[in-house]
Amino acid sequence: MVSFIGRSIIQKIITLFFVSIVSFLIIHLAPGKPSQVDPLNPKFTPEMVERFRKEFHLDEPLYVQYLLFYRGLFTGKTASWKDNQSVLEKIWERFLNSLPLFIVGTILTWTLSFPVGIRSALFRGGLYDRSTTFFSYLLISIPGFFFAYILIIFVVNSFHIPVIGMETFGIGDPGWGRWAMDRVWHLLLPSVLGATGGIAVLSRYVRSQMLEVESQDYVRTARAKGLPTEVVHYKHALRNALLPFVTMFGLILPGLIGGSVIIESIFSWPGMGRMAYEAILSRDYPVILTVNFVSAVLVLVGTFISDLLYMVVDPRIRL
Amino acid sequence: MNPALTLDEPLAPRKTRLEEAWHLLKQNRLALVGLIIFILFFCTALIGLVLTSSQDPVFDPSLVRLQEKLRPPLAKPNLETLRPDEVPLFGLYLFGTDDLGRDVFSRMLQGAWVSLTVGFVAVGIAVLVGILLGGIAGYFGQNHICLDHILMALLLFFGGTLLVIGVIPLGIVLVAISLAYIFYYTMARKKPGTGGLSWLSVLHIKALSIDTLIMRIVDIMLCFPSFFLILTVVALLPASIYNIMIVIGLTSWMGTTRFVRAEFLSLREQDFVTAARALGVNNFRIIFRHMMPNAIGPVLVSATIGIATAILTEAGLSFLGFGVPPPHATWGNILSDGKRFIFDAPWLTFIPGFVILIVVLSFNLFGEGLRDILNPKLRERY
Repeated sequence: MVSFIGRSIIQKIITLFFVSIVSFLIIHLAPGKPSQVDPLNPKFTPEMVERFRKEFHLDEPLYVQYLLFYRGLFTGKTASWKDNQSVLEKIWERFLNSLPLFIVGTILTWTLSFPVGIRSALFRGGLYDRSTTFFSYLLISIPGFFFAYILIIFVVNSFHIPVIGMETFGIGDPGWGRWAMDRVWHLLLPSVLGATGGIAVLSRYVRSQMLEVESQDYVRTARAKGLPTEVVHYKHALRNALLPFVTMFGLILPGLIGGSVIIESIFSWPGMGRMAYEAILSRDYPVILTVNFVSAVLVLVGTFISDLLYMVVDPRIRL
Repeated sequence: MNPALTLDEPLAPRKTRLEEAWHLLKQNRLALVGLIIFILFFCTALIGLVLTSSQDPVFDPSLVRLQEKLRPPLAKPNLETLRPDEVPLFGLYLFGTDDLGRDVFSRMLQGAWVSLTVGFVAVGIAVLVGILLGGIAGYFGQNHICLDHILMALLLFFGGTLLVIGVIPLGIVLVAISLAYIFYYTMARKKPGTGGLSWLSVLHIKALSIDTLIMRIVDIMLCFPSFFLILTVVALLPASIYNIMIVIGLTSWMGTTRFVRAEFLSLREQDFVTAARALGVNNFRIIFRHMMPNAIGPVLVSATIGIATAILTEAGLSFLGFGVPPPHATWGNILSDGKRFIFDAPWLTFIPGFVILIVVLSFNLFGEGLRDILNPKLRERY
């Protein structure tokens, strides 16, 4: 156990090191320089550009820039090129905005897909099973931005409720109850949209897991010895079918930062995804690189947690 | 049936593979519908390319008629204000017009070809890279890369960089050393240490296996959030349709690599491969003639679903404004232009949206059906 933890931590640190190099190279070797953002702007005199290049170490060779950037990242001193604010503070602020979306989306995904998947596995081939199968393909295939517009039109036309942004613009200082309801309405649509793909994929996965376990010998034995159907389904089959999903708790971690660029920009939700999008538009390299680095860390931590959970849950696995 | 034929004699399969696949496909209604839509889409895209791209196209997607803007679908053009060559075919706007009076139907036709090529080329790149790396990792994975290989590769790389930068003499020396070593090692087919260069055997230490190397590269690629990475690269590169295809392809080969590697690892141990090797069949033929047909099933399935994902990704990029540059229509940027008029001209949003939905859905359904068809457990036993 200890040796497994030690080995995988070392391995993940090496992977992270290469990720940092690759992302740095991708951004800095791409054509175009951040110092030449707008050549037509009369304020951009050559002296100005030169000053910027010096200020942000763009005149140094690439490996020096790499070292300087990651030293800044680890000491927490990295500043955005756009507004000179600390990148970590900026990300933290946006992260807190994205967090409710992530939490509501995850809760929706995990509470809806299990009942749906289990039911369609138990009544395999029935009308319910076939219609959920079709619906989940529909939800996987629908472009997120198109679905967002359908939902916006629907909600705005039938409930007359503003849904763009985090709260109604110019709402002033309403009572506590109205404020909370306003927030909930604004939160609902983007998190439902973020959850649709997850619900579709996860419920299909639950269904196939459940079907596989239901065909095992021990389920037949349980049925043969005359146990009630509910006990067979929910105690013998379901518990074993749930095993792989425990590990998926680790894998939802990267979703924390990825967010959805498209959904956040449709709803002008000031979250991580939109910040990353704006950073890309303005070639704000420190922000792009930091977001990339943090999300790589989350992916690695997520796989590590899921490996550990697997070992805890399934005694057959000893790594 | 010949009565003389006893049951002990081996019977030829009653149906060929293709007939059997067709039979399984007919049972799976959703997959069949998916295949039909897929073929229709393919023909539409091809015809659309022919009809919209010549010098004087039948459907002109970029013809601006400002006096005819935002006409609803199936509207008749106002013949008094148009020159005869500006009147659309059939004398009506099949899908309406957009805010510049361009015919949405011809723009959708043009966009179909873009979606088709983006999907197929991106997935083609991903599958090629995936099969290559996965095949190497699965078949040659146990071989080791030695320290001297790495050193020589580094020398070659640095020498090349120096040559490009302009430090000619040192660069030439480094490249010459590494090339000489590689030539000596491969052409003379000698292990270092057996010839006159025995001191080099110090460097001939096994560093890491090829399998480990390739799977670590896969791990590194999986660390990047994929849509964000694609967005970053596409935004930094100059806007062009080829860049989008290449970037989507180069960021989605990891799944295929894993499939192919896993299949090859198990196939390599099977008897028919041992038999082929015992017959003296060379590696190339074993890989492509004997093993690949057995490993191609999951790759085909993931490629079909990958095309759907690539079409969605391209539409998303176009929607954010990083897609194919403007005069060229794609489904994503028709939708993205149309969203400003969503209450006045809903067809500009709904037509491309539903078309994307239907095409992607058909690819997904067909891919899932293909998974069942290629599953040997569902075949008829003899």
